[in-house]
Amino acid sequence: MIRLEGICRDFAVGEQTVHALRRINLSVHSGEYIAVMGPSGSGKSTLLNIIGLLDRPTAGVFLLADQDVTGLSDNEIASVRRDQIGFVFQFFHLVPRLSAAENIALPMTLAGVQPTERKRRVTAVLAEIGLAERSHHRPDQLSGGQRQRVAIARAMVMEPSIILADEPTGNLDSKSGQDVLRILERLNDQGIILIIVTHNAEIGDRARRSIRIVDGAIESDVQQR
Amino acid sequence: MIVTDVIAFTVRSLQGFRLRTALMLVAMAIGVAAVIVLTALGEGARRFVADQFSALGTHLLIVLPGRSETTGGPPPLLGETPRNLTLDDALALRRLAGVRRVAPISLGNADISVGRRQREVLIVGTNEEYQHVRQLLIGQGRFLATPDPRRLSPECVLGTEVRRELFGPTLALGRWVRLGERRCRVVGVLGTQQHSLGVAMDEIVLVPVAFALTLFNKESLFRVLVEVRSRDRVKQTEQGIRDLIRARHDGEDDVTVIAQDAVLATFDKVLRALTFAVAGIAAIALAVAGVLIMNVMLIAVTQRTAEIGLLKALGAPARQITMLFVSEAAALSLTGAVVGLAVGQLGSWIMARTYPDVPIGAPAWAVWAALGVALATGILFGILPARRAARLDPVSALSRR
Ligand SMILES: Nc1ncnc2c1ncn2[C@@H]1O[C@H](COP(=O)(O)OP(=O)(O)OP(=O)(O)O)[C@@H](O)[C@H]1O
Ligand SMILES: [Mg+2]
Repeated sequence: MIRLEGICRDFAVGEQTVHALRRINLSVHSGEYIAVMGPSGSGKSTLLNIIGLLDRPTAGVFLLADQDVTGLSDNEIASVRRDQIGFVFQFFHLVPRLSAAENIALPMTLAGVQPTERKRRVTAVLAEIGLAERSHHRPDQLSGGQRQRVAIARAMVMEPSIILADEPTGNLDSKSGQDVLRILERLNDQGIILIIVTHNAEIGDRARRSIRIVDGAIESDVQQR
Repeated sequence: MIVTDVIAFTVRSLQGFRLRTALMLVAMAIGVAAVIVLTALGEGARRFVADQFSALGTHLLIVLPGRSETTGGPPPLLGETPRNLTLDDALALRRLAGVRRVAPISLGNADISVGRRQREVLIVGTNEEYQHVRQLLIGQGRFLATPDPRRLSPECVLGTEVRRELFGPTLALGRWVRLGERRCRVVGVLGTQQHSLGVAMDEIVLVPVAFALTLFNKESLFRVLVEVRSRDRVKQTEQGIRDLIRARHDGEDDVTVIAQDAVLATFDKVLRALTFAVAGIAAIALAVAGVLIMNVMLIAVTQRTAEIGLLKALGAPARQITMLFVSEAAALSLTGAVVGLAVGQLGSWIMARTYPDVPIGAPAWAVWAALGVALATGILFGILPARRAARLDPVSALSRR
């Protein structure tokens, strides 16, 4: 499903060049559950952004569903992102003026899905994350865990094949973190690729595959259990 | 994206930033209102003048003694007096085909007195046609009635102010007044005039033209007003008058004929230019509003960096983000323009109420131009911030907390 071959990502900082990723090779198959770990600044987020097509590699080949996506135009990349990829961020990134239901519907609104269909899907997704009765609340009226669940609902509403979560529990207490994690894992059970970046070893252990990045290179890549 | 969703999204984000929305609406509204009010004033002034003229007949010709245009040759000698334009000349004009009315005018100052009350007044010697040509309103009695214009009937019509000063509260009709060396009877008093054309009609005394000529001991008329039967016969009649006078004056082309239309057209042109100029100045206010919109939209882009990054992560292509921000700017300027339009029309209405004589009101072109310019500036100045938003790098946009 995902194939990275010799992916490099360099940042020019003044005179210097920061090598955030150095010749990364990685394949991910459908339905995999991967934890990406490593010290701060090792390149975990950068890797996730490249997989999510938010960032472009400096060098290397990136195949998504056997299609080379490194050379796509902005429009094409946008539609791949829209249809294939769901993001979950550490800081939720909900639109503060929109209600939970509207935040969840946002990807469909941008994609031009008809309102009745949107409503149907939002209702279904809200039930799945257990926030059916909070649909009209704005983000500031929700707890951190609830906000992250809304963000997950938004990521899953377009029925993507990949969900990328960058420290999704980083801003949550352990109880809410567990809830969020369970919802993400349930999605993975349905066959969606789940890639979670985390500093939490406990979460790292739950994933079936654990990748450790150090200084922009994969140090270890182990299947667990 | 569905159009209604674009509108809903735009409205929601405008509602989300109330102060900024309100400020931009005010700026745009002021610009549009300024255009509307100023053009309404300019247009009102133009129409006021036009109304004054056309109420007095757009097909009016004015015959003056003397030549105003030179057709080459040596300039006229200094002090050369023009030939007389006599009462007989004026009466002869009546026989021309296109002429409906002829009002000869003789003008001069004289003392008027009743008993010990005395003042100097402007005397207008004319005939009964003058009332129709100038559309004078009679307050009391009747207008001059001289079936034979050469007769020296000793009668006069007073302006309201003259009547008040001479007679106070007592009845003026039928009383005799002294005009210079002569006496005449008051047969009427003018009413308050609608179309004064700047002449203080309250302060004049009207007498039969022959009476005035004798009073001033003059041969020549001040001018002759000729009302043509219809507008399309003005040119032809103008020529007819010239020919007739030339024939009567031994082949000398020694009168000037002015069409009132020409005078009106000049006024019209000047005032219209003035209106355009004023509207142009007001349009600068609109442009300023446009720049303000650009500024505030740029701030909005900075404020909403994370949101823009999110939209990109959710699969919005650059042009969709451009479109969303441009429609925000457009919605702002359109709403501002509509508010400004309402304020401007209200302002014009209040001015029209305050000065009921002047037909104040913005012309349709000004309304459309103001709306159009507002929308255009809004969109134009909205494009730059929108493109900046569309170009944002989603990674750095999202990484900021
Ligand atoms: N836009 C950028 N410009 C310059 N350097 C960058 C940029 N983004 C990332 N880097 C550098 O690339 C390296 C990897 O960054 P990245 O954000 O991927 O680390 P991370 O593993 O996610 O760290 P953390 O665990 O703290 O989130 C770091 O050294 C960082 O300083
Ligand atoms: Mg990171």
